[in-house]
Amino acid sequence: MSKYIVTQDVADCIGCRACEVHCKDKNNSGPGAFYCRMIEVSAAGAPLPKIDFVYLSCFHCEQPWCVDVCPTGAMRRRPQDGIVYVEDSACVGCKACITACPWTVPQWNPTTGKVGKCDLCKDRIDQGLEPACVTKCTTGCLTFTTPAAASEIRRQEFAEQLLRHRR
Amino acid sequence: MKETKYSICGMCAVRCPIAVEVEDGKPVWIEGNSHDGGMGRSLCAKGGAAFSQRLDRQRPLSPLLRTGKRGEGLWREASWDEAYEYITSRLKPIIAEHGGRALMFSDRGGPFADLRQAFVKALGSPNYINHDCTCGRNVHHASKSVYGLGRKDFAYDYANARHIVLFGRNITESLKVKEVKSFLQGVKKGAHVTYIDPRAAITAGKASRYWQIKPGTDYALLLGIAHCLLENQWYDQDFVARYVTGLPEFKAFLAPYTPEWAAMETGIPAEEILAFCREINEDRPKVIFHPGWMLARYRDSFHASRILHILNALMGNIEQPGGLFYPKGPKDAGSKGLKSLAALVPAVTDERADGCGTRYPQWDKGAGMLQTAYEAIDSGIPYPVKAYFIHRHNPLIALPDPKEQQRILDKLDLIVAVDVHFSESAWFADVILPENTFLERDDILRTEKGLKPGFGRRQQCVKPLNNTKAGWEIYVELAKRLGKGDFFPFQSIEDIWHYQLQDTGLTLADFDAKGFVKLSDKALWFDRDQLKFGTASGKIEIINSQWEAMGVASLPPYAPPVEPPAGSFRLLFGRCGYQAHGQHQNNPILSELLDVNKLWINTQAAKQLGIKDGDQVVVSGGDARGTIGARVTDLIHPQAVFMLHGFGTDVRVKKRSFGKGLADHIFMQGKLKEWDQAGGGLNLAESFVTVTPAAAQEK
Repeated sequence: MSKYIVTQDVADCIGCRACEVHCKDKNNSGPGAFYCRMIEVSAAGAPLPKIDFVYLSCFHCEQPWCVDVCPTGAMRRRPQDGIVYVEDSACVGCKACITACPWTVPQWNPTTGKVGKCDLCKDRIDQGLEPACVTKCTTGCLTFTTPAAASEIRRQEFAEQLLRHRR
Repeated sequence: MKETKYSICGMCAVRCPIAVEVEDGKPVWIEGNSHDGGMGRSLCAKGGAAFSQRLDRQRPLSPLLRTGKRGEGLWREASWDEAYEYITSRLKPIIAEHGGRALMFSDRGGPFADLRQAFVKALGSPNYINHDCTCGRNVHHASKSVYGLGRKDFAYDYANARHIVLFGRNITESLKVKEVKSFLQGVKKGAHVTYIDPRAAITAGKASRYWQIKPGTDYALLLGIAHCLLENQWYDQDFVARYVTGLPEFKAFLAPYTPEWAAMETGIPAEEILAFCREINEDRPKVIFHPGWMLARYRDSFHASRILHILNALMGNIEQPGGLFYPKGPKDAGSKGLKSLAALVPAVTDERADGCGTRYPQWDKGAGMLQTAYEAIDSGIPYPVKAYFIHRHNPLIALPDPKEQQRILDKLDLIVAVDVHFSESAWFADVILPENTFLERDDILRTEKGLKPGFGRRQQCVKPLNNTKAGWEIYVELAKRLGKGDFFPFQSIEDIWHYQLQDTGLTLADFDAKGFVKLSDKALWFDRDQLKFGTASGKIEIINSQWEAMGVASLPPYAPPVEPPAGSFRLLFGRCGYQAHGQHQNNPILSELLDVNKLWINTQAAKQLGIKDGDQVVVSGGDARGTIGARVTDLIHPQAVFMLHGFGTDVRVKKRSFGKGLADHIFMQGKLKEWDQAGGGLNLAESFVTVTPAAAQEK
């Protein structure tokens, strides 16, 4: 796990897929390649239908399978913050990382013949900004944070909920 | 060098405030204009695909003149000079023979229409028309008949509402960024949401109550709700006594329309209607009944919307936090407004070709009505219409029955399209004048009404990549070449902006810091004891005698919808949050999100037809047929099928979308002549189709 995490408030997500587009526009991932995806899950159900969206990009694992299998060292993990990224010039397009990743996070770019993936827009992070998907999320349902801070927020919310429901 | 330019998005008709970062003349980043608190940096997927639109070469990139038959798609590139000459050499004899009124013009309305209206007027034509016959005309006219005010004379304070009632207003997908953020804020703070739609759109997933209503019975449900509220005196009696007329007549009219009756018509159980009414009585006045946005759907949509407007009055929610409020204009902030460009041109007194204000006395003249303008082209009555300017509007897919439209349009001597895209309508034109993408163009200043009124500016953020021009340049130049230059004493957009700002005391530099100027720091609310309405009585009129005198009954009895013939389904359509109005299906990025639509069909109905999820099915209606994949789901009513609009284009140069998916409007045969007689909105949800497994067809 990198020191960062992107969390999603599902209640506020409307499946508008702006995150996917903002990512593609910035990172130029190539045709058919999406560094993040908003996956729709729905069921009719009574009395209310369930229509939810789940944000999936890269988990930036502490011990990334993709880095381990990469034969050229193109797939790397930034020591200072644990961001897993591809060094483009070293990628030979073998796709070993795609196979190794349990969630097939690395994406194939048919135009360049290389792999690309979410790097949390590290160029923006290095300027003190947030990833494109988070910055421009239509409803603000995505948050760029750290695991500890995310946990703190959720715990606070839970505690507030107890107060609201106190008899 | 890097700089931030504030402007206004143009990817769809919502026109959100944006910030664009430009480095050495290249656009490098686009986001919402965070100086606008309601917007923040948020930007929808369409806005996010703006740079992609600019780079897309499957668009008109220089003026084009038709070389083949209309619609055949054979073009040759021309210089601007030649294209202007082509137009003026055809327009001059038309005007000489038939007068300026032989010209008509349609666009998608909006805050930048003033200059285009000035152009039409300058040429001596009363026939400026916007897109609203396929959008909000029913809602607008209903609002006029109840409040004497237009639909845009009210706005909604979702963030502070306790109950938001949406009759098919798919607020999370027919998307306005600021609106949906305000809506979700309200939901987060505990607002109830009741969503009513034969199809459970994403908005249903955010609702606390969802009713899968039988299609075409909204008016019945609304009558049942109104009955229940009045019967139990669950309404704001003080507000009604003060501001509303016609309540006794309303009550008498509603007598037979009990919740039990409504349940039979709509399929919504009476006890649920009762529970809902009890709930909104507790939640009022912070209740919003959205009166409809795009409500060109059923033959009684005007009257359904009328009841929605009346229900708001019963809630006492007017000029009320958490309810409806009047969007305030410059005057309300003690300022002068922008000077009108159309006001520079003398009024045209000819009757309108579409009959607004004459044959159809109740319809507003300002926006016109396209389907009755088609009648005039077809018949030559009340006078010949020979030339049509289509400005970034796409009637061939917005209105029903493209073949019938083409038959009528082919009677014209001249069709000019001004567009950023190869719209289906531009493809049928004689000449295409390519407009700069919104990133590449200035527009006239706009007025931004709201609790804090102001003005906003769309400015050129980057230079055009292609041989295209801004709309204002095109119309000013054409007017000059047609001898009407005196009405447009402008050499540059700055000249226009200076003119518009003349009375306001503002300068252009005032727009540099934020892209907009606010005329008030604090939210402006009117005194609730002094509310004014635009009707003859100054009250909210449940019975409007002026409209009755024009032949529009205030409270017509309910007539059930026509049932789909055996084996048929009612065809419904809509949009998703990332593609709208058929403008985005060929965008390089947005086409990757979705390049083919599906047919939603109810699980039971599909089972009876032997259709499984993912199967290819053939949809038939009239002489139209097409194949599409099925999405088998309980999220849609058994009587209806649904598809996203904007697919199945026949414009072959749009290679990412050509031939993919199915167009809904081809099945709406004969519907160019069927509209809500009171409000004028077309009946776009009144066509029936049959669905069969594609495999069965092949046998």
